Amino acid sequence: MFKVIGNYIIAPGVRRIEILAPRIARKARAGQFVVIRVDETGERIPLTLVDWDSKRGSITLVFQEVGVTTKKLGRIGKGGYILDVTGPLGNPTEIKKYGVVVGVGGGVGNACLLPVMREFKRAGNYTISMIGARTSELLILEDELKDVSDELYIATDDGSKGYKGFVTDLLKKYLEEKVPDLVYAVGPTIMMKVASSITRPYNVKTIVSLNPIMVDGTGMCGACRVIVDGKLRFACIDGPEFDGHKVDFDSLINRIRMYKKEEEVALSLLEKRGGDNYGI
Amino acid sequence: MVSKRAIPMRKLSMDKRLTTFEEVALGYTEEEALEEAKRCLKCKLMPCSRACPLNIEIPEFVECIQRREYEKGLNIILRVNPFPAITGRVCPQEVLCQKECTLCRLGDALAIGRLERFLGDYQIENGIMNLEVPEKVRGNIAIVGSGPAGLMGAVELRKLGYEVTIFEALHEVGGVMVYGIPEFRLPRRVLRFYVDYVKKLGVRIEVDVVIGRTYTIDELLREYDAILLATGAGTPKFLGIPGEELNGVYSANEFLIRINLMKAYRFPEYDTPIKLGKRIAVIGGGNTAMDVSRIALRLGAEEVIVLYRRTEVEMPARREEIENAKEEGVKFMFLTQPIALIGDENGWIRKIKCIKMRLGEPDASGRRRPIPIPGSEFDIEVDNVVIAIGAEVNKLIQRTTPNLKVDKKGHVIVDEYGRTSIERVYAAGDVVTGAATVIEALAAAKTVAHTIHRDLSG
Repeated sequence: MFKVIGNYIIAPGVRRIEILAPRIARKARAGQFVVIRVDETGERIPLTLVDWDSKRGSITLVFQEVGVTTKKLGRIGKGGYILDVTGPLGNPTEIKKYGVVVGVGGGVGNACLLPVMREFKRAGNYTISMIGARTSELLILEDELKDVSDELYIATDDGSKGYKGFVTDLLKKYLEEKVPDLVYAVGPTIMMKVASSITRPYNVKTIVSLNPIMVDGTGMCGACRVIVDGKLRFACIDGPEFDGHKVDFDSLINRIRMYKKEEEVALSLLEKRGGDNYGI
Repeated sequence: MVSKRAIPMRKLSMDKRLTTFEEVALGYTEEEALEEAKRCLKCKLMPCSRACPLNIEIPEFVECIQRREYEKGLNIILRVNPFPAITGRVCPQEVLCQKECTLCRLGDALAIGRLERFLGDYQIENGIMNLEVPEKVRGNIAIVGSGPAGLMGAVELRKLGYEVTIFEALHEVGGVMVYGIPEFRLPRRVLRFYVDYVKKLGVRIEVDVVIGRTYTIDELLREYDAILLATGAGTPKFLGIPGEELNGVYSANEFLIRINLMKAYRFPEYDTPIKLGKRIAVIGGGNTAMDVSRIALRLGAEEVIVLYRRTEVEMPARREEIENAKEEGVKFMFLTQPIALIGDENGWIRKIKCIKMRLGEPDASGRRRPIPIPGSEFDIEVDNVVIAIGAEVNKLIQRTTPNLKVDKKGHVIVDEYGRTSIERVYAAGDVVTGAATVIEALAAAKTVAHTIHRDLSG
């Protein structure tokens, strides 16, 4: 059992949860994730580690309340419990001095960008963050990202803040002027696909952090398999980061959609049942 | 005159077999056990016992059954095997103890597995647990993995006087016995009884801890006197053919984990889904392929077809599992090798391109090698494919422990006593041998537990 010490709405439908998990907090590195199972009937889902505090023994996750698990997670108040939290899983981001690092984030992916850019900055890189959202009120962790970025650019689909358009448009414009040493993209798979195709002609090393369906998260099931450089790789133990120029995004996008119908069924059932308020 | 035929095992009625996950083999009644036990010839040389990886004194416990001294018979087994209700169900007795039974010359071997299970079930019914452990604590051991090898290692080391902590990566205890073997072969109440026993012995079990990630081996070595790696062979193999990324294609492990561990057959009551259509192809010829096929039928598949590249004779699955699968309606296509999985416009599996095989000369495994017949390609239309061609060791610890010596396949290299290349780190079970049987893992873990004891006692 893992105690929740904070659960806040940070944007409409987006939450930041803090969980006591001292073993994970002392080991966590940027780029890693945890697998959680909320309750006895729950599924196992991966969530990227956004922050951790080894002294306090806590970890921070950010999630969008879109599926049955994230909805359940949103209902666990301070003092409540999550049944299982396992991690840190996946390979940490390789942090070193590249020079100029451009981080591209979209939606909840902006939260995943934060620890990575913080470490790139700490390693002496010049950090440029480009963050996108559908609309300004869905922009999350803007101030925190500003703190770890030498430059910060914003794009919203509706133009309510920053550039009107996709965050990948910002990347494209930037590349027309300058070529960075590394591009790091995290967010919706389609965004990472577009980012990788934009950087390819410039031959810029591009790392993407993939978010396929996972079950165990430890290399046992192969649900998270993706084609990288023509070979099947497991995102949970071989990734979650891969060379964006080698990832077969189309099959990944297809795999992520596999249980769309079932997700709707589970969600409508949860909503019909109404709220258990887990341990509050 | 001894009967040539063993007393058959009663099975669950077919309607229940196809609609529930209830155990299929119902076990012997007392009368049946007494009748079967009578068949034992009490061979002085005990060939059965010598063929058992744990050297259970089989004629002795069978004699106890004859005399209706069930607890005494049980204790004879428990001296060397703490989990008779498990091994009595999942051991391949036909290639171990029963293969050497003298009765084979007359007809059926003595049904040793069924008799062992009879005593194991007697143990569970009567809650018999031997919880004696030495008072003096000799040391502190960490075991990685809570499958057969991990649980066996824990029992042995605890009985030798060690404090034992098991670290399990998943949220449930039991390893392959909880995520892999379906309930209709190994009911969870049986596993729970033994997990409860291990806990009552004083073994600490910590779930949700991934060694190699949450703690490294080096970190554990600072806290514990020795480490036993019992992480098993839990990584699925794929065929390496086009289309394995298509939706509707599962590894056997994913299929089994969704069903056995996550209870996807009770979706949406449980949150984990599984998506199965009407016609399901299962690729492979082992016990796992049989388990997957039989589960698929229980989940309402109209047709389940096992594709195997050799013939029935070469199938590595246990005969009784093949029989069970056939009885339940699983179909088989032998000498058939998939060469590509083909999807529809939505990225869903639609058909399998196969090629016919013929058998050539025996290969390294002693089985005749399958050879493709040119020009014999054909397609099978399917809604799902489950790839059940075996599992390899999970290399997570190996990758995060550079000084741990492993072979090309990632198996941990040990000496004959189970010592790895790192001092105070030992390994047993599938992580050493590659995927094998529960009983072999139990035997290996026992040997290694005693090595640890010897090494730590100086």
